Amino acid sequence: MKPVPFDHLHPETPREAARALSDTAKIIAGGQSLGPMLNLRLARPSTLLGVGGIPALKEISESNGVLSIGAAVTHARIEDGDSPVPLPPMLRNVARGIAYRAVRNKGTVGGSMAHADPAADWVTAMTALDATIVLMDTGGKTRRVPAAGFMLGAYRTTIKPAEVITAVEIRSEMRAALWGYYKVTRKVGEFADAIGAFVVHPPSGYVRLVAGATGGRPVVLTDLAATIAGTAGCPADEEIRAALAERLHGLDPVKLHLLTTALSRAIKKVIPE
Amino acid sequence: MHSGIGAPVTRKEDARHLKGKAAFVGDIKLPGCWEAAFVRSPLAHARLRGITKPDGYEGCIFTAADMPDLRPIRAQSTLPSYKVSDYPALAQDKVRYVGECIAICIAPTRAEAEDLAEAVIVDLEPLPAVPNATTALEKDAPLLHEAWGDNLFLTTRHDGDLTEAREQATIVIERRYQTARQAMNPMEGKGVLAHWDHKADQLIVHTSTQVPHLIRTGISECLGLDQANVRVIAPDVGGGFGYKCVLQPEELSVAWVARKTDRPIRWTEDRREHLTAGANTREHSYRITAYADDDGRLLGLDADIWVDIGAYSVWPFTACLEAAQAGGNLPGPYVVPAYACRTYSVATNKPAFTPYRGVARPGVCFAMELTMDAIARAAGKNPLEVRCLNLVPGAAMPYVNVTGKFYDSGDYPQAAREAAKMIDAASFRERQKAAAAEGRYIGLGFSSFTEQSAHGTKVFAAWGLPLVPGYEQAMVKLVPSGAVEVRSGNHSFGQGLETGIAQVACEWLKVDISRVKVTMGDTGLTPYSTGAYASRGMVMAGGAVSKAAEELARRIRIHGAHLLQCEPEDVEIRDGHVFHNMASVSFADIASAWYLHPDRLPEDVNTAGLEVTEGYKPDIDTGVFTYATHAAIVEVDPGTGRTQILDYVIFEDCGRRVNPLILDGQSYGGAAQGIGTALFEETIYDAAAQPLTSTLADYILPGPAELPSFRLGHSETLSPYSRHGIKGVGEGAAIAPAGAIVNAINDALAPLGVEINQVPATPHRVLSAILDARAKQRAAE
Repeated sequence: MKPVPFDHLHPETPREAARALSDTAKIIAGGQSLGPMLNLRLARPSTLLGVGGIPALKEISESNGVLSIGAAVTHARIEDGDSPVPLPPMLRNVARGIAYRAVRNKGTVGGSMAHADPAADWVTAMTALDATIVLMDTGGKTRRVPAAGFMLGAYRTTIKPAEVITAVEIRSEMRAALWGYYKVTRKVGEFADAIGAFVVHPPSGYVRLVAGATGGRPVVLTDLAATIAGTAGCPADEEIRAALAERLHGLDPVKLHLLTTALSRAIKKVIPE
Repeated sequence: MHSGIGAPVTRKEDARHLKGKAAFVGDIKLPGCWEAAFVRSPLAHARLRGITKPDGYEGCIFTAADMPDLRPIRAQSTLPSYKVSDYPALAQDKVRYVGECIAICIAPTRAEAEDLAEAVIVDLEPLPAVPNATTALEKDAPLLHEAWGDNLFLTTRHDGDLTEAREQATIVIERRYQTARQAMNPMEGKGVLAHWDHKADQLIVHTSTQVPHLIRTGISECLGLDQANVRVIAPDVGGGFGYKCVLQPEELSVAWVARKTDRPIRWTEDRREHLTAGANTREHSYRITAYADDDGRLLGLDADIWVDIGAYSVWPFTACLEAAQAGGNLPGPYVVPAYACRTYSVATNKPAFTPYRGVARPGVCFAMELTMDAIARAAGKNPLEVRCLNLVPGAAMPYVNVTGKFYDSGDYPQAAREAAKMIDAASFRERQKAAAAEGRYIGLGFSSFTEQSAHGTKVFAAWGLPLVPGYEQAMVKLVPSGAVEVRSGNHSFGQGLETGIAQVACEWLKVDISRVKVTMGDTGLTPYSTGAYASRGMVMAGGAVSKAAEELARRIRIHGAHLLQCEPEDVEIRDGHVFHNMASVSFADIASAWYLHPDRLPEDVNTAGLEVTEGYKPDIDTGVFTYATHAAIVEVDPGTGRTQILDYVIFEDCGRRVNPLILDGQSYGGAAQGIGTALFEETIYDAAAQPLTSTLADYILPGPAELPSFRLGHSETLSPYSRHGIKGVGEGAAIAPAGAIVNAINDALAPLGVEINQVPATPHRVLSAILDARAKQRAAE
């Protein structure tokens, strides 16, 4: 389990990183998923572009009601609240539940988003928080994509061949959001078998219900969320199951049950029975 | 401080381990050492039509064709119906499992060796694969070994007469049980480093093994070397569990290449190799019919047991051991008046079955314990009562059971009752009711077993193995400084034997354990031992050290008495001195007299000196039986299928506890592995016998968060047949958890009409069963 030979470069800016990208050059942001793939020789890049040392990507800042988290910020920093501005409680809670501390020390928000493992936490949590993914191209131009449209499928995103993620943005008001996040795993630290995420921000009327670890992209259950908001009541499991089944065809009954459980428990954290 | 038998001293070996100063195979530095990587079969069953080496690297890549002088691993057995498989170090005409070695590649680094391995082109003609025992026994199943005519290594039978049991039984329980294939996952995988030492004229093989002396025999036989020209050294070993008690094909290839190239060669197993080519244990299927009376008293037991052996027979324990043990051990700690059982050791396209901590008993205990609970449910009785009714009582000891096993001592029902007390079984039904009122599902389960430990010559000879253990030897010596040196050919690989045998020496020599230096695992430095397996280390090596230390103490007394000018019977040994009343002479003075100033000793002194090698075998060959009852309380979450262990108790009796701390550690570790078997671990194969669980993201091991805080209780029923009354305990705690936990799950889910009869009881399995039960219920409504 040793990787194929590769060059390890350290671009100094996101733009430089974007320029160095090619079919055989890959970005390594924390390496917690890419590392094992390299060792198993499933990933065989000739060049690795380490972006973990780029100062701009390690920044957390806030302006004009938007919180910006650099792509190379580690899960551990979010967990610890190691930030010049307060982080939304949901973010810190989700970070605390990612894998193990050793993974959190190295793994990054941007890396996780770019890898787009359906069973990972950030793709679902960021969708629930209506985050925006900021991408930069070789000319230094930025492009913003809502998290809900960012992931196309398992390990597939809207990132273009010569783009890098520079940051994830979240509206500052989300600090005051009510939220429920429930993850089903085989054991502590494993990837999720099912995730339910429910976020409500009453002042702005924002409400979103997301099923994660579906095998593909997170599923936003808009109608069900609206029903919950309308009734301020917890839907019955049968209702959740039906909403899921409508969106995810041919799902294994066990998986359907797990997703139902995760959603139901996430909702109940916001709306007690 | 007292460091002898019974002292809870911390382990001698821990300082080096905790400081990262231990020396495993991977830590050893030899000049000019190259690393090896294997080309392994990507297919489970295929004809090997050709191997093409990349140009220019012919001297760094070796295949079976390059090694005509290397003999295959061949484990003979004298059992009737047994079929021999030739297990080649590198595949010859066929490959028979995914991960089978095809070529060995060497390079200065492992990464470069893996680059070479990738560049080798293997031409394989796929053959239909045999993914499991059921398929293997179908008519017209593909044959693994064509000459056999079928896929059966061995069948065994116990042909007791069940007529009376059938006639009298008012309860008949019929069940099928299944256990999963597992990989043992020692923290350190296999590893081997070989080189030719020209001065010693020896092939020196450092290998991560439990049985260095056996590996020496195996390597010399397969390489055609005289044993005098082979030295095997087991350095620090990071866990064995049985995985490292057999001759490995990689050991042979590496040794052959090191000799051929006259260069140190090392291979280190990685986790993917382990999880695929090392998935070699635990997989059993059962069909059981139990006959009982109204009270739940067993009248008879009828069983078929299939063991998925994989493609080859390992050496020296053969393809027979698992099934022979399963058939012999199924009745376990219970009085079974009539017993019939047929076992089938089935060849499949999987890695060669290797005995794992508990050997067959985790499977049979699971089957038997679930059957006991099924009987209890049918009889409307408490499972504890039904167990106590059937367990061999203390008054019956020693007891010969229905398969002829000689249970040397103990009180099995007492252990069950003590475990029940510890877990407060009496109040559990109230707790369960209260939980049910909150919509929670909690359950209580028991599991009892006996563990035959340190079984010896006659038992192994009866299994017809190519190697039969006999006497165990050990050397104990007083060195000139007055310190003690102990040498044993057994090995310490994490189970604490290094400390345990030092304590036995302290028991006789009354020195502090810091004054005892232990050397193990090096065939060049230690007396012969067949090694560490079958929970024999403490009984056998401990017994041998005890005998040698007793004799050394006798000689020390004689020398001391001479120096003190008194009679040996008037002196006493303590605190590293020989005392006569108030006068004393230190061990250092006594050793100094013998080694440096023999003029101080009498003319007719015993010239055998202060170095003693003794051999030992217990008074009986049939083993000494440790026993225990485990009890678990679990909660099953019907939303996720996850089982949480709320409480877990173990009440065990292993005779004299040589070191209570080590014993507790062994129990925790064993039970953790048993919980892996019960809830998590499973190598999954597809229909083409491709393993689908090749990383630790797919093969789930329990972690600290999944394990309960075990609570232990002990009694000490000394074996009348072993030195100090010691019984082996290394394997025991891994045996019972699957039974206790799944019984608890079934107890919890009884209101839903769910019964799980398979491990691991994964969330997916439990949830499927719950959903099925609900669907059935709905259909009935």
